[in-house]
Amino acid sequence: MKVRFKENRRLYIGLIITGLMLILAITGKFFTPYDPNAMDSANKLAGISAKHIMGCDNFGRDIFSRILAGLDTTMVVAVGTVLIGVTFGTVIGALTGYYGGRPDEIMMRFNDAVLAFPSLLLALVIISIMGSGKMNVTIALGILFIPGYARIVRGEFLKCRNLDYVQSARLMGASYLRIMFVHILPNTIPVLLSTVAIGFNNAVLAEAGMSFLGIGVQPPDSSLGRMLSESQSYLFLRPGYALCTGSVIALLIFGFAMLNEGLEKHA
Amino acid sequence: MLDVIDLNIEFHDHITPETVVYDFDLHLDEGEIVGIVGESGSGKSMSALAIAGLLSRKKMKKRGQILFDGVDLLTCSRDTLRKYQGNDICMVFQEPMTSLNPVKRIGWQVGESLRLHTELSEDEIRNKVIKMLEDVELQDPESIYDKYPHELSGGMRQRVMIAAALICNPKVLIADEPTTALDVTVQAQIIKLLKKINKKTGTAILFISHDLSVVRKLCSRVLVMYKGRVVETGEVNEVFDFPKEEYTKRLIAAIPRMEKLEYE
Repeated sequence: MKVRFKENRRLYIGLIITGLMLILAITGKFFTPYDPNAMDSANKLAGISAKHIMGCDNFGRDIFSRILAGLDTTMVVAVGTVLIGVTFGTVIGALTGYYGGRPDEIMMRFNDAVLAFPSLLLALVIISIMGSGKMNVTIALGILFIPGYARIVRGEFLKCRNLDYVQSARLMGASYLRIMFVHILPNTIPVLLSTVAIGFNNAVLAEAGMSFLGIGVQPPDSSLGRMLSESQSYLFLRPGYALCTGSVIALLIFGFAMLNEGLEKHA
Repeated sequence: MLDVIDLNIEFHDHITPETVVYDFDLHLDEGEIVGIVGESGSGKSMSALAIAGLLSRKKMKKRGQILFDGVDLLTCSRDTLRKYQGNDICMVFQEPMTSLNPVKRIGWQVGESLRLHTELSEDEIRNKVIKMLEDVELQDPESIYDKYPHELSGGMRQRVMIAAALICNPKVLIADEPTTALDVTVQAQIIKLLKKINKKTGTAILFISHDLSVVRKLCSRVLVMYKGRVVETGEVNEVFDFPKEEYTKRLIAAIPRMEKLEYE
């Protein structure tokens, strides 16, 4: 499907910003100007200079390098979260939506129960059971994302399961699983895609929020949320630290939000 | 070949069960075209869906027998039923706009039965599909193979549906009001096509319609249904020229006629 820039500006803006962020994150994985964890007491809270384009933090670590590395961490957590949420959410949503009946009722009430809790609180509970760290944050957030996706996929399956083309697939002798995942699932992709974009958004924010509170990614790993929380103490001394970190998060979120709106137009 | 004996269909998804088809009997020989006529809600589509095995086994109770080559489709296992579906029994639906999957290419959809019932390679399937698209008189089948449903007109889609239904050389084709959603000229072409296919391949057709003139043109025998019961059955000309039942007489009298309109 070809979409012109004029028809859907948001999609293009979202794609460009997200693409840029993705490139930066991948760069951060393999190359940073300085070692993001190398401390340098001579450059404590150094200002912006040609050597350190965003200055240095309270340990003399290069902020730009840490943002690159943090972007990588944040992206990995976001992608992992959405992947867990979408995979399990789709399977649960497909099965409950297609079969309906009592298992569907039970599963959806369970879903409602999970959705009723504030997500950060539930993440806290899971983290306190499993311990913090990049991996556990991803798993905890992933579990929290499952009900939302399950609900969306279920709705789409409910809509599709009695349509003529599904009937005709059934009549061709296709098995339940084939009907669900080969015939119906591709039809849910437009809706799923835009919610995935907004899911990245929520994942980035949730990870930043958790790291900000100190229960997310643990030092010395850098993460955008963690850096924002560290920069808090030097807000008036070095506003550049908080501004740079904060605007990268804002830009990341903006990119995903634009992508979501652009995709929704075609859903 | 196909024998339906005393079929009763009961809905069980409300508090009180509701019977929609009473004592439905049907016999279909190889190569025969039989019509079912009746007003909306007379149970003709329900009977067809039951024969195709598309009615829920839990929510709808069915009594009687649907014998296909001696196997009872109502009581056989799911797997056995699936072996017949698509391979021996096929169906074309009323609405060509919704009966094709909007996100799959035409060729893929037509070849689906072959993929499920035969061991052919993708190349062989492609060749067969293109041959089939040609048989249902679609122009330029090569390019239609790669198109999506929204790129085709209603009449073309109905031809595609017929191609998808007939690709495995089924013994029975159930056509549930296949021409209702089409305009008159396309209707005539589709009817002609069905007749041609019936002659060429010997596929028996169960033709459901409320358009009596179409049934008269196409079918050799006809069943008239009213409120879930078969009220009259017989050769087409006999039923239409000398109707025995009061309801059939009224149904035939309801066909709009040109002369009558001119006098009024």
